[in-house]
Amino acid sequence: MLNTNLTHITSESEHSELLSNNENVMICCGRMGPMCIPVYEVMEELEEEYKNIKFADMAFDSPDAKVIRNLPEVRGFQGLPFTIYYKNGKVVKATSSIQSRDQITDILDEHFGK
Amino acid sequence: MENHFDAIIVGAGAAGLTAGIYLSRAKMSTLILNEGAVGGQMVLTHEIANYPGVENVSGYALARTMKTQAQKFGCKIKSNIKITSLDLNDRLKKVVVNNKDVYTSDAVIIATGGKSRMIGAIGEEDFKGRGISYCATCDGDFFQDKEIIVVGGGNSALEEAVSLTKYASKVTIVHQFDHFQALDHYVEEAKNNDKISFIMESKIIEFIGNEKLESVKIQHQRTNEINELKIDGVFVFIGYVPNTESLQGKIELNKWNEIIVDNNMKTNIQGVYAAGDSIQKKYRQVTTAVADGTIAALSASEYINNIKKEITEYELAQSEVVNESN
Repeated sequence: MLNTNLTHITSESEHSELLSNNENVMICCGRMGPMCIPVYEVMEELEEEYKNIKFADMAFDSPDAKVIRNLPEVRGFQGLPFTIYYKNGKVVKATSSIQSRDQITDILDEHFGK
Repeated sequence: MENHFDAIIVGAGAAGLTAGIYLSRAKMSTLILNEGAVGGQMVLTHEIANYPGVENVSGYALARTMKTQAQKFGCKIKSNIKITSLDLNDRLKKVVVNNKDVYTSDAVIIATGGKSRMIGAIGEEDFKGRGISYCATCDGDFFQDKEIIVVGGGNSALEEAVSLTKYASKVTIVHQFDHFQALDHYVEEAKNNDKISFIMESKIIEFIGNEKLESVKIQHQRTNEINELKIDGVFVFIGYVPNTESLQGKIELNKWNEIIVDNNMKTNIQGVYAAGDSIQKKYRQVTTAVADGTIAALSASEYINNIKKEITEYELAQSEVVNESN
């Protein structure tokens, strides 16, 4: 399990449950590495600001993270973390590697609004 | 004034957090404003093995500890914000955050650190995370049995090239000069590794691919000859540039945009100090940033105490004038 204050997804069923119960979801799938930690930190801060979005993480090396690793949207990704944005259960955006707060909020505002 | 502090520190890497610890412990009201995540370049280091007193620690853990230490002494930290205005010339320094929140202080310490230098070649932005990486420990395992390039000729480049041979079937080091800047033992280790080959006096000028990186164009620096090389990944380790773009014209910088400071970390502006990777210096380590942050904080403390003393003396003199006229 990742050492963050975000909601942790530990299984495929938790992943689908989260998507069923929330219209707007952002999941960061990574490790506790240098490119992933800044993204988790931004997400933790944004949780207060964006009440309409569910923020969660998932350990990249957990076998069940195949629900993210096998998404067609991440084909070609070769940098952690894989960050996926879902609306009504469908992927609306996916990014690879570190992202700044501005890059993340631009995506949130475009796809989910505040 | 609720938004007035004795000192504002811009940046929360090793230098900024250290300055925060020292100032807060000296009972100075202190605010750290940081545009990125807390920890700066330190967080990008997977393992720090040469920080005295700590045998092995991740950059993330060290940054977290420094942050907690600063907060325990009363230092306030705001991270992932955007500094939209910085006014350093007046006695009272003014910082505007996110175009709305105004903070003032008697002293400012600039500790904005540095960021990885990019190659600047065509397609670099497009293939970041899709074949181009700046972190071997993060992304190395995506290149199991693949052919990769490492760009650079310093210690980091050669050390990471060797470590990437754990995954890659072949590592080609591309360097712009005919010799390496790295220490001899790093060069020797790379040269003795069968999986590593070298392309010297050359630069990548273009990244090519579709969903992910497929090849690069490499130009020889003397002959200008261009060759295309099929490749699965490129790791870039060509040093750092200081985060001082927003300080241009506001503070004295050298030709590499590093902040010029004296031995006490004073800049050319009264009440403004600088520390860490953004200043003009030769060696950039967590330990040197910590030392800079300490010196900057002690210098700023002395300055703030003098200002407070002057203000008290002035107020006392004013009240005596009023009393005499009554």
